[in-house]
Amino acid sequence: MSTLAEILLNGLSLGSVYALIALGFVVIFRATEVVNFAHASLLLAGGYVTATLHDDLGFWPALLVGIAGAALVGAAVEFLVMRRYRGSDHSVPAIVTIGVDILLTTELTRRIGTDVLALGDPWGDAVLKLGPISLAHTRIAAFVAAALLITAFLLAFRYTSWGVAMRAAAESAETAALMGVRLGRVSLGAWAVAGGLAAVAALFLTVFPTPGLERATSLAALKAFPAAILGGLDSTTGALVGGLLVGVTESLATGYQSDLTFLGRGLGDLAPYLVMVAILLVRPSGLFGTKELARV
Amino acid sequence: MSEALVRPLRLLSARTYLWTAVAVLLLALPFYLDRFWLQAGLFAMAAAIGAIGINLLTGATGQLSMGHAFFLAVGAYGYCVFAADGGDGLAGLGLPTWLAAVLAVLVTGVAGGLFSPISGRLSGAYLGIATLALVFIGQHVMFNAHDLTGGANGRDVPPLSLFGLTFDDSELLVAAVPFGSAEKLWYAGLVLLAAGALFARGVLRGRPGRAMNAIRDHRIAAGVLGVPVARHRAAVFVLSSMYAALAGVLLALVFQRTVPDYFGITLSLEYLAMIVIGGLGSVSGAVAGAVFVSVLPQLLTRWSDALPLVSAPGTGGIAPGEASRYLYGAAVVLVVLFLPGGLVGTAVRRRTGNDTGTHTEER
Repeated sequence: MSTLAEILLNGLSLGSVYALIALGFVVIFRATEVVNFAHASLLLAGGYVTATLHDDLGFWPALLVGIAGAALVGAAVEFLVMRRYRGSDHSVPAIVTIGVDILLTTELTRRIGTDVLALGDPWGDAVLKLGPISLAHTRIAAFVAAALLITAFLLAFRYTSWGVAMRAAAESAETAALMGVRLGRVSLGAWAVAGGLAAVAALFLTVFPTPGLERATSLAALKAFPAAILGGLDSTTGALVGGLLVGVTESLATGYQSDLTFLGRGLGDLAPYLVMVAILLVRPSGLFGTKELARV
Repeated sequence: MSEALVRPLRLLSARTYLWTAVAVLLLALPFYLDRFWLQAGLFAMAAAIGAIGINLLTGATGQLSMGHAFFLAVGAYGYCVFAADGGDGLAGLGLPTWLAAVLAVLVTGVAGGLFSPISGRLSGAYLGIATLALVFIGQHVMFNAHDLTGGANGRDVPPLSLFGLTFDDSELLVAAVPFGSAEKLWYAGLVLLAAGALFARGVLRGRPGRAMNAIRDHRIAAGVLGVPVARHRAAVFVLSSMYAALAGVLLALVFQRTVPDYFGITLSLEYLAMIVIGGLGSVSGAVAGAVFVSVLPQLLTRWSDALPLVSAPGTGGIAPGEASRYLYGAAVVLVVLFLPGGLVGTAVRRRTGNDTGTHTEER
C-alpha cells in the first residue's frame, strides 16, 4: 500500500512537470496554430544555461538566467524564423520547427557531449519521511513549483490583457487583429512563455533521482508531446490532465516493473505513448480537444 | 505536316537522351568508383526509396509521419528473421532470401495496416505525434525481444541471393573489375529504386494521386466529391510503410548488420528533412532530397581535414555527422521559407517560367 502511495505521489509530481512542458506547447498552438516540434530543444537550452552558470552565479540567479535564456531562444525562433513564413498552411511551419529542432538539438548535444551536468539545485538527495511513505524533496519542490506556475499562468491567461489578447487571437486571429490585438506580439509572447516554462521543467527533469542534464533529457522532454495530444492540443485543461496522466502511468509502469518483466525492461519510458495511442483510438481529438464538426 | 510531326519527336528524344545518359552513367559507376562511394550511393538509393514512400504520405496526402524509422526497422529485422537460418541462436526461418525480402515488405504493410484506425482518422500534428509512439514501441521491442532482434547488439544480415548469384563479398570478376557486395548491390538498388519510383509516379499521376492531393488540399471538399478519405489515408499509410520496409531491407543488406540504435527518432526526422528539402509531393523531390541528406555526411567525412570548422570525431571540433545535421537542419528552414516547392519544385518552376503555380508536374 505504501509503495502504491509513493508511486502515485511521485507520478503526480512527475506529471506536473510534464504538464508544464505540455502547457507551453499548447500555448504556442493556441496562439499561432503551429505545432512546435522544437519544444524539447527549448527545454534543453534552458537546462544547459542553468547548468553552465550555477557555479559562478549560484543556483537561483542561474535558474533565472536559464529561464530568461530559454524564453529568449523561444522568442528568437519566433522572430527570426516563424514570422518569416507568410503562407497559410499550418503544417508547413510545423515542419520548419522540426528543422529548428535539428539545429538546436545538434548544437546542444554537441556541447553537452557525453557529460552529465548537475544543475546545482539546493535539494540534493534529501528525503522526507511521512510514516511509511518517503518522498524526495526534489519531487515535492517540483510539484509545488509546477502548481504555482500553472496557477499563475491560468490566472494571467484569464485576467490580464495579455491573456485576453492571446485568447482572442486563438478564437479568431482576423477579428482580433481588427480589434487592435498585435498578433506578432501575441505569438512572440507565447513562444517566450513556452520557453520559460520549459526551462523550469528542465530543472525538475534533471534533479534527483535522475542523474543530471544529459543528451537523453530531450527524450524525457518528448513525453510531453503525448501529454499534450491526449489532453487535446488546443486545451489548457487537457495539457494539465494529460501531463498528470502521463506522469502517473509512467511512474506506475516503472514502479511495478518487477511484476511486468515479461514486457521487457524500460517499460516506463514507453507507457506514455501506449496511453496516448489507446486514448486516440477512442477519442481522435484527445480528451478535451475541440472536436472537428464536419460530416460528409 | 512533317514539321508538326518532327517537333514533338525531337522534344521526346531530348528527354530520352538525357535519361539514357543518366542510366548509362549509373550503370557504369561500379566499374570506376571505390567501395566508399558505392556505399554512399547505396545509402542514397535506400534513402530515396524510403523518402518516396514518406513523400506519398506527407507530401502528397498531407499526413505527417514521424514514425518511419519504425517501418524501416520492421523491414530490416523482418528480412533477417525470415532469411536467417538460426545458426547464431536467434530466430530464423531460413527461407530463400528473395522471398524473405518480399515477406518483410508485406509484413511491414500489415503493421502499417494495423495502425489504420489511427492513421485513417487523424491528420496533421496529431498523427505526427501518434506515429512518434511507433518509434518508441519499435525501440522497446528491438531492445527487449532478444530472440528476434539480438537485443542491443543487433544481428547479422544474411546476404541476398537471387538466381544463384549471391550479393556478398565473394569475388566475382566482371571486365577485370572485382565485384564485391557493394558493386552487386548497386545494381539491385538501382532496379529497386527505378521500380519504386515508377510505381509511385503511376500512383501520383493516376486516380489515387488526384484523390490524395484533394485530401491534402481540402479534406471536406474531397469527401464531398466522393473520395473515401479515411480509406485513402489508411491505404497511403500502408503503401508508405511498405516503401520504408524496402528501404530498410536494402539498408540492412548494405550495413550487413542491423542495430536498434540506428532506427531512432533522428532517422525519422532525417526522412522528413529529405522530402522537405527535395520537394513535397513529387518522386523526383524525394530522390533529390535523399541524395542531399544521405551523401552530405559522407562527403564531409571524406574531406573533413580539408574543410574549415569540420574535424574528425573526438577531436573537439564539429564532427562531420554534426556538421551535416547543421547543414540539413538549416536547409529545411531555408527551403521552407524561401524555396516553397523544394529544390526540384524550384528548378522546375525556373525552367518552365511558371511563377504562380505551386503545383508542379510530378515526375
